[in-house]
Amino acid sequence: MNLPKQQGASSVALARPVFIQSAASIAGKKEGEGPLGNCFDMICEDPLFGTDTWEAAESTMQKEAALLAIGKAGLKPEEIRMVFAGDLLAQSIASSFGIAEMGIPFYGLYGACSTMGESLSLGAMAVAAGYGDHILCATSSHFASAEKEFRYPLGYGCQRPLSSTWTVTGSGACVLAAEPPSFTTDGDAMPLRQGRFCAAVTEITAGRLVDFGLKDSLNMGGCMAPAACDTIYQHFFDFGRAPSDYDAIVTGDLGMIGQKILLDLLDKKNIDIRQIHQDCGLLIFDSHTQDTHSGGSGCGCAAVVLCAHLLPNILSGKWKRILFVPTGAMLSKVSFNEGTPVAGIAHAVVIEQKQVS
Amino acid sequence: MATEQQKQKQKEYEKYVKEITPTHSLPLNMAKAFLTGGLICVIGQWILNFAKNRGLDQEMAGSWCSLILILLSVILTGLNLYPKIGKFGGAGALVPITGFANSVAASAIEYKAEGQVFGIGCKIFTIAGPVILYGIMSSWFLGLIYYILKAIGVFV
Repeated sequence: MNLPKQQGASSVALARPVFIQSAASIAGKKEGEGPLGNCFDMICEDPLFGTDTWEAAESTMQKEAALLAIGKAGLKPEEIRMVFAGDLLAQSIASSFGIAEMGIPFYGLYGACSTMGESLSLGAMAVAAGYGDHILCATSSHFASAEKEFRYPLGYGCQRPLSSTWTVTGSGACVLAAEPPSFTTDGDAMPLRQGRFCAAVTEITAGRLVDFGLKDSLNMGGCMAPAACDTIYQHFFDFGRAPSDYDAIVTGDLGMIGQKILLDLLDKKNIDIRQIHQDCGLLIFDSHTQDTHSGGSGCGCAAVVLCAHLLPNILSGKWKRILFVPTGAMLSKVSFNEGTPVAGIAHAVVIEQKQVS
Repeated sequence: MATEQQKQKQKEYEKYVKEITPTHSLPLNMAKAFLTGGLICVIGQWILNFAKNRGLDQEMAGSWCSLILILLSVILTGLNLYPKIGKFGGAGALVPITGFANSVAASAIEYKAEGQVFGIGCKIFTIAGPVILYGIMSSWFLGLIYYILKAIGVFV
C-alpha cells in the first residue's frame, strides 16, 4: 500500500486502487429508447415507478438501483459501511427517503448533476483510507421531479429553447471496495469483473466552483463548460499528464453547446481533447429523433452512462484509462429568480482497467 | 479595476455563448403562432356565432365562448395534449384564454400531490398569478386615468 498522496493543488492519488465491485443502472422509458437502451440493467416503463408522486418515484428508483448494485456485488445491505448519495431535489429528498429504508449509514450530497463524481470521489477516499470495506455511491434524477423543482408543471404548454437539455430519468449506483471483486455465481451476484480484469478508481481531482457570469439556467452547457475546462486542466497540471494518457475523457452533461465551449476553452489552453472527448448527455439520447435539444442532463445522466456504458467498456479493455468528469450547474429556483449567475462545478475521477490475480 | 475587467470578461463570454447557441427560427415560429392562435380564435368565433344564432345576446354569447374555450383547454391539459400544442404554437397557444386556462390546470394537476391547501390552494396560480395581479393593477390605473380625464372634462 502506497502512502495516500495529495497531488498538485487539488488532486489525490489514492493510496491503493479502489475497485468498483458492481454497478447498477435503472432508467426510464425514454432513456430505454435511446442509443444505450440495451445496456441498462432495468428500464421502468411506468414513470411513477408504482408510486403516487414524482418524488416518491425517484426515491424508489434510487433504492432499487442501490439494492441492485449491492446484490450484484454479492452483498447484503447491512454489509455496506456507508452510502454517499445525492440527487437534484431540494434538500436531497430522493436520496434520503430512498436510502433511509435500507438502514445504511448515509451521507447526503448535493453537487447538482456532478453528484456521481462527488460520491465516487468521497467513497473512493473513504475506502482507500480504510474507513469502509464496502461503500455505496448512488445518484438519481427524474425528468418530472426536476421539471417541477426547477421549471414548470409538466402540463404547461411552452417551448423549450434549443439550448435546453432533457433531464434523464435514471439512477446509477456503484459499490466500492478495497479488494477486487471475486468470481461468484451464487444467487444474483454479477460482480464487475471479466476474467482477470476489473475497474478501479485510482485518482481524483476535486472541482472548484467556476462562475463565468452566465445567468441563463436553460443553457446549462454554457454554465458548466468553464468548470469542466478548469477541472480537466487542473487534473493534467496536477499529474503532469496530457490528453494522450487517456483513452477517453467523458464529461457529464454538457450537451452539444457545452461540448463545443469546452473544446474551445481547452484550445485556448493548448489542450486538444477532440479525439477522445465524449459527453454522457450526448451518448444517452439521439437528439435528432428524441427531441432532447442539446442533450441529456441530471445526476442520473452521468450515473447511468457510467454504470451501463463506460464501466463495461473499461472491463472489456476498449479503454484502459478514462477521466470521468461529471459536471453540475449550481442554482436553485430562488437564486435564478434573484438574478444570481449560475456557477458550474466538475469533479474528475480516473477509472482504470486493472489486472488482478 | 479587477472587477471591471471581470465584468468585461463575463460580457465577452456571454456574447460568445450567445453566438454558438442555436435558436428557434423566428419567422417559422411566428408562422406557427399565427396558425395556432388564429385557429383558436376561429373556434372562438364559431362558438360565438353559433350562440348568437341560438338567440343569445352579444354578452351572453361571449361568456359561453370563453367558458367553452377554457373547458376545452382544461380537458386537453388533462389529456396531456395542450403541452404539445404549446410546444408547436408557442405564443399562439399561450396568449389566448386557452393558454391561461392551461397554466392554471397544469399547476393544479402538478401540485395536487402536495394537498388541497398547500398544494393546489397555494400553487394553482404559480404561473397565472402575475397575469392576474398585474392585469387587475393596470386596469385599476386605466380606470383612474379615465376618472381624472372625465373630471377635467376631456370625456363627456
